[in-house]
Amino acid sequence: MGFFFFVFAIVALAGAVGVVALRNPFYCVLSLVVHLIALALLFLLLEAQFVAVAQVVVYAGAVMVLYVFVVAYVGGGDRPRPLWRASAKQRALAIGFGVALFIELAIALLGTGLQALSTHGAHVGLDYGSPGTIGTQLLTTYLFPFEVASFLLLAAAVGAVALAGRRGGLEDDDLPVAPEHGDFVAAPRPVATGTMAEGVAGYGITTPMPDPQQDDRELRETEPFERPLPETVEPPA
Amino acid sequence: MNVNWFLIVSALIFCLGAVGVLIRRNPLVVLLCLELMLNAGNLALIGFSRMWGGTDGQIFAIVVLVVAACEVTIGLGIVVALFRRRLPIDVDELREMQG
Repeated sequence: MGFFFFVFAIVALAGAVGVVALRNPFYCVLSLVVHLIALALLFLLLEAQFVAVAQVVVYAGAVMVLYVFVVAYVGGGDRPRPLWRASAKQRALAIGFGVALFIELAIALLGTGLQALSTHGAHVGLDYGSPGTIGTQLLTTYLFPFEVASFLLLAAAVGAVALAGRRGGLEDDDLPVAPEHGDFVAAPRPVATGTMAEGVAGYGITTPMPDPQQDDRELRETEPFERPLPETVEPPA
Repeated sequence: MNVNWFLIVSALIFCLGAVGVLIRRNPLVVLLCLELMLNAGNLALIGFSRMWGGTDGQIFAIVVLVVAACEVTIGLGIVVALFRRRLPIDVDELREMQG
């Protein structure tokens, strides 16, 4: 058991370091997947079978797929924007803060009066952490948190649709009219509106690639979301 | 293994996540580092739950899992909205709400 613990802990820590240190966000996501699976194995060592499986299915499965989609959508343009431009001073400060935080946490964890921390834990039966036990607890003792969590999920789903919906920044008037009988792929359309062609090949297929160094700010200023107010609207006094 | 070891690993992962939040500038990676911190919390919760021999800590960890999923959904929605409006995907340049 000790051997397995060290293997999984080292893999989990390596995954965490990868998330922090890798430059490409896509590799960061993959590194987090490794970390999450190692963490699920650590949960198994703590005899939390249901949480371990939920971790793999929900996190490493569903949430990470969401991340991969967004990274492919947002970071696929390969903009020459450095992700790691923090100054050396800021980085040194952050690392110093992290070390201080770890020392503080270690003192807090190891300096407690909890005698059982240096044991293997209480004696538990075979059904400890099994789906049956967790399910019974969720539907009896913890029914209210369970329902609140379901409402939270509903609110998050509605919020995500409202946030990522097609309304923002692109009015209907600005959409180019598609040709009636023609090549829909080659029809003119604004850059980065999430078309399939851009998703497959990045910028520059249906529209020329914007030069991020030069005209990014210009583009931003002329975009519809900074359009001046109509003249009938009086500015508030 | 003693529960101590799990807690130390959890503290290490939490600190790595905190450092990542502080030094990374891509909001996607900042969200990933937040996930690291939430998972470190989960590991500590499950370790303590094992220490006491009750499953309450595991229930708490499942709730944290749900909250993390919601946070990811909203955070990624904001990133996609930023990208749609062609704002810079960089937390240091998005400082209009700083006051």
